[in-house]
Amino acid sequence: MSPMEKEKAIIEVKDLNKSFGENHVLRDFSLSLFEAENLVILGKSGSGKSVLIKCIIRLIEPDSGGIIVLDQDISELDQDEMDMLRADVGFLFQSNALYDSMTVRQNLMFPLRRHWSKEERAANAETAVKEALEDVGLAHTIDMMPAELSGGMRKRIALARTLILKPKIILYDEPTTGLDPITAREISELMNSIQAKYNTAAIIISHDMNCIKKTGNRIIMLIDGKNYAEDQFENLLKHTDPKVRDFFEGL
Amino acid sequence: MANKENAFFKEVGEIARFTARFFKEVSKPKQEWEEFINQCYWIGYKTFTLVGITAFIMGLVLTIQSRPTLVEFGAESLLPSMVSVSLVREIAPVITALICAGKIGSGIGAELGSMRVTEQIDAMEVSGTNPFKYLVVTRVLASTVMVPILSSLAIAISLYGGYLGANLKGDVSWSLFWYQAYKVLIYGDFIPAMVKTIFFGFAIGIVGCYKGYTSQKGTEGVGRSATTAVIVASLMVFILDLIAVQIADVLGLT
Repeated sequence: MSPMEKEKAIIEVKDLNKSFGENHVLRDFSLSLFEAENLVILGKSGSGKSVLIKCIIRLIEPDSGGIIVLDQDISELDQDEMDMLRADVGFLFQSNALYDSMTVRQNLMFPLRRHWSKEERAANAETAVKEALEDVGLAHTIDMMPAELSGGMRKRIALARTLILKPKIILYDEPTTGLDPITAREISELMNSIQAKYNTAAIIISHDMNCIKKTGNRIIMLIDGKNYAEDQFENLLKHTDPKVRDFFEGL
Repeated sequence: MANKENAFFKEVGEIARFTARFFKEVSKPKQEWEEFINQCYWIGYKTFTLVGITAFIMGLVLTIQSRPTLVEFGAESLLPSMVSVSLVREIAPVITALICAGKIGSGIGAELGSMRVTEQIDAMEVSGTNPFKYLVVTRVLASTVMVPILSSLAIAISLYGGYLGANLKGDVSWSLFWYQAYKVLIYGDFIPAMVKTIFFGFAIGIVGCYKGYTSQKGTEGVGRSATTAVIVASLMVFILDLIAVQIADVLGLT
């Protein structure tokens, strides 16, 4: 039993199943995420990695299985309770999903509408926006539109929008995909610095080996819809199973 | 053929379910009034120029083309009355609704479709905001409110166009034209016309939102959402108009 397994899980996924027609993407998939841990889910494109984290935030309803997030069974929560829980679980989309008709400031203020009162927003929203932008090093972009930003900057702004509610958990959906190697490295470093500053736990969906190596404390290999292998990066490098080895070939 | 029929009835069922969700969400407290006002501005104010120009030309052309026939029958003095009844009862509300179906329906379809495929709607959901209430309810309500207002303005502008049209070859004073135009109008002309524009606005909003909100298949899907929103909304305008005319007829308002 590893030291982490003695701790209390803040996300517990048990025997999760999800199909799209004949395509059974998740088969009895289970995982646990512990406090202040970066858990990487590694798998081929279309293997169901994004589906998994969308099930955790209940953007997709699973066919069966249980998901406990911060001690709450999400299948039993009504819409209002789920919305409240979502304040503690940030989600960084692969496409960034910035609201393109809003400025950076408005993008960052948007999540506050639901979770802060009007008085709180009037008093503290501007400071919170500036702080989140400083965290990602883009304070000067506050009045810019998303279309005026580069891909890496948009990723940082999306991360700032995720951070504004100070979540306990962040779900990253392929945070470095589509970025050049230098920007990808900067994003990986930013993810680590955020974890260090706010003590967040994270599930990181990725197949960028540099990002995985830099950010992941533990790696789960999602193969054929199952939790195929689970270990630290260095140990998986030495794995003998051919399906696992395929991912680490050439490293 | 059977598959096409199935797809048609499935789509009708989905739109009905979407409409039912609209009424459920609109009845819940805490509406997005700020966004509603914003949408009224975009849907109403930004469509006004197009509606105004079209209405003016519509009134002008209708008068110019009707005049020779009325002159032939020695009924030139009936020109303002005939133009006003045609415009108020049918032409201005329906043409305004069709312009709105084109501009507002496609705009909403493309905007929400683009937000769907770029995961912006999902981002709203994970931030704890109800995207249906924020995006759909506000747009449908704005469209329901603004189309009747635009239609009323279109009636006024088209009558002014009619006045100018009547003076191109004839000589009708301002006061005589308006007296003749309003003399024949009764509440039975105005009320059904206004009531049906409320339904036109609702149909345009709900179809545009449904097509955009349920958009799939990337940029191709966005284009398809915008196009089908216009087609379905325009068709809905004609169907609702037909129903409205029948109801008005049964109630003895025609």
